[in-house]
Amino acid sequence: MYDWLTEHKIPLGIWLRDFVDLLTTHGQSVFDFISLVLGGLIGGFTAALLWVPPLLLIAIFALVAWLVHRSVGLVVFILGALLLVTNLGYWQATMETLSLVFCATFVCVVVGVPIGIAAAHRPWLYTGIRPILDLMQTIPTFVYLIPTLVLFGLGAVPGLISTVIFSIPAPIRLTHLGISSVPPALYEAGKAFGATKTQLLFKVELPHALPTIMAGITQCIMLSLSMVVIAALVGADGLGKPVVRALNSVNIAMGFEAGLAIVVLAIVLDRVCKRPERRSRKG
Amino acid sequence: MSAVEFRNIDIVFGADQKGALRLIDEGRTRDEILKATGAVLGAAGVSLSIERGEICVLMGLSGSGKSTILRAINRLNEVARGAVLVEHKGAMIDVARCDEATLRDIRMNTVSMVFQQFGLLPWRTVRDNVGFGLELRGTPAAERRRIVDEKLAMVGLTNWAEKYTNELSGGMQQRVGLARAFATDADILLMDEPFSALDPLIRDKLQDELLDLQRRIHKTIVFVSHDLDEALKLGNKIAIMEGGRIVQAGTAEDILLRPANAYVAEFVKHMNPLNVLRGTAVMRPAASLPRQGDQVVLDKSGRVKVTVDAQGRPIALDLDGRVGRLATADGEAGRIDDRLAFEADCIVAPVDLKLRAAIELKRHTDLPILLVDNLGCLAGLCDDDEIYRGLLRRLDG
Repeated sequence: MYDWLTEHKIPLGIWLRDFVDLLTTHGQSVFDFISLVLGGLIGGFTAALLWVPPLLLIAIFALVAWLVHRSVGLVVFILGALLLVTNLGYWQATMETLSLVFCATFVCVVVGVPIGIAAAHRPWLYTGIRPILDLMQTIPTFVYLIPTLVLFGLGAVPGLISTVIFSIPAPIRLTHLGISSVPPALYEAGKAFGATKTQLLFKVELPHALPTIMAGITQCIMLSLSMVVIAALVGADGLGKPVVRALNSVNIAMGFEAGLAIVVLAIVLDRVCKRPERRSRKG
Repeated sequence: MSAVEFRNIDIVFGADQKGALRLIDEGRTRDEILKATGAVLGAAGVSLSIERGEICVLMGLSGSGKSTILRAINRLNEVARGAVLVEHKGAMIDVARCDEATLRDIRMNTVSMVFQQFGLLPWRTVRDNVGFGLELRGTPAAERRRIVDEKLAMVGLTNWAEKYTNELSGGMQQRVGLARAFATDADILLMDEPFSALDPLIRDKLQDELLDLQRRIHKTIVFVSHDLDEALKLGNKIAIMEGGRIVQAGTAEDILLRPANAYVAEFVKHMNPLNVLRGTAVMRPAASLPRQGDQVVLDKSGRVKVTVDAQGRPIALDLDGRVGRLATADGEAGRIDDRLAFEADCIVAPVDLKLRAAIELKRHTDLPILLVDNLGCLAGLCDDDEIYRGLLRRLDG
C-alpha cells in the first residue's frame, strides 16, 4: 500500500510549473506591461526621494510629523533616527526601501480596499476569498518568489509583487471588518433620508470604517517593511541588500548596521502612521 | 384626507413568503407560522388610516409589530401583500410598489424619521448631522446652513452646532435627531420609540416639547411606543397591536373606556384616567336629565334646577325657589376666579374639561359642574357621582 502510494505520485508541482510556463509563453506581454508600470512607479518615486537633499528631506519629515502629531518627543526621535541612518551611510538604501514600502502599500490600498468593500457587501465573495487570503499569508514567501521571478524578471518589480502578495490581506480583511461592522441603525438612517447606494458608501460606510481601514493600512506598511530582505533576494534595492550581502560574507558589522537602519525606519513609520488623538471628546 | 393609509398589509420576514401568507389567510398565529414555514410574521391584515396633521401612536409590547408597520411607511421593511399609501406631492403613492426613484423622492422630501437609538453619525458635528438629509438631497451649502440654524434654534441647540454628537447627553442627541427629521421639511414624521432610551424626566420634557412643536408645525406624526402613558399623552389616535395585528384603534378615551378585548383591558387596567378622560366621557348628558319646561333638574330631589334659553344655554339657576349664581370656568384646565367661585352656587365649564380639572374644581368649590359645548349650550352634568364613575371606569351603569 505504502509503495503503491509513493510510486503513484500526483504531479502537483509539475502542473504548477506547466501553468507558469503557459503564462510565460502566452501572457508575457501582459506581465511585461505590469512590470513596466510598477517599475516606473517605484523607480520614479525613488528618484524623487533621492533628488531632494537628504537634510532637507529629513527636515520635511520632521515638519510633517510635527503638523500631524504636535509632539516634540516624536520630532526629536525622528530627527535623531534619520540623522543616525545618514551618518551610517544608508541614506540611499533607506530611501529605496521607503519607496518600495510606499509603492507596495499604494498598490495594496488601490486593489485591497475595493476588494474589501465588495466582500463586505457580498458575504459569498468573502467566503470565497478567505482561504486565498489565508494562503497568501501562510505560504512561505520563497515559494512564490520563484514564479514571480520567472514572470517579472529580476529587480524591484518581483520584490514589489511578493511584498504586495504578503501584505494585501491586511487591508482587505480590515476594510471588510470596518464596512461590515457599520451599525444597522446608521444604514437605516441613511436609507430613511433617501441615500443612494453610492451615498451610503461614501457618507455612512467609509467614514464609519475609516479608523479600521487606516489600521489596515498601517499594518500593511509594517508587513511590507518586513519583506525588504526577501525583496532584496530577487534584486530589489534597499536596506535588504546590505543585509543579504552581510549574510553571504559573514560581515557582522554591516549586518548589524543595516538591520538597525531597518528597525529605525520601522519605528519611525509606526509612530508617524499611528492615528493622532481625535479632537478632544467626552468619554 | 388621510396622509398615510395601510390597506390590509401583511409583512413576513423569511424566505417562504408564499407559505406564510397562506397560513395567515388560515388565521394561524405567529408561532404556528414560524413552526410550519420558518418565516416570522411581522404584521398581518393591518389596515389603518392616519389623517393629515394627526399624531397616531402605534402601541404594543415588544414584538407586537408596531415598528414593523412603521418601517413599511418608508419601505425600510418590504410589504409582502397589501398597499401602503402615502400622500406625496398631492397624490396617494403606494410605497410598497413604487419604483426606486419615487421611493427616494418620498424619503428625501415627504417622509422623515427619528430613531430609538438616535442613528446619528458620530464622525459628524451636530450641524452636519442635522444637515444630513439636505446634503443627500443636494441642497446648496449656504441654504443648508440657513435651514440647519433654523432647526437647531427650534430644538434649542444653537450653541452646540459645532460639537460632536457623542459630546451630548441622550436627550440632546435625540433633539439632534428631531432637528434632522424636521430639516427636510417632510410632511410625515416617523418616530420609532424616540424617547424610550431616555430617562423619565427627559422623556416627559421632550414629549411636551414635541406637543408644543406640533401645535406650530402640524406634521402628520406616526409614533411608536410601548408606553401607554406616552401613547395617551401624545396620540390623537392610538392603535394597539398584538402579535402583528391591530386589536383596537381609536382615541385615548375610546381605548380607556371601551377596551376591545381582554388584552387591551389588561393594558389599560393600571392607567391613570385623570389626564385622559374628559367631561364628554364622564358627564350625565343633558338629554338624560329630567326636564320641567325650560328648566333642567339637576339633583335627585328636584330642588336644584337650571333654566335654559331657546338655544339650550344655561341662563339662570333655581335653588328651591331661590335664585342661584352661575360662575364660568375657562379652558380644559378649568381655571376659575377664586372670588367668583366663592359666591357661586354652580360652575359652568367647557365640555372638554379634563377629569383631573373637574376634580380640582370640585375640591376647590364643592359645587356641581355644568358642562357646556363650544356654542354655550348645556351638554351635561358632572357631579360627584359622575366623577367617581369616571375614576372607576363604570360609565355604562
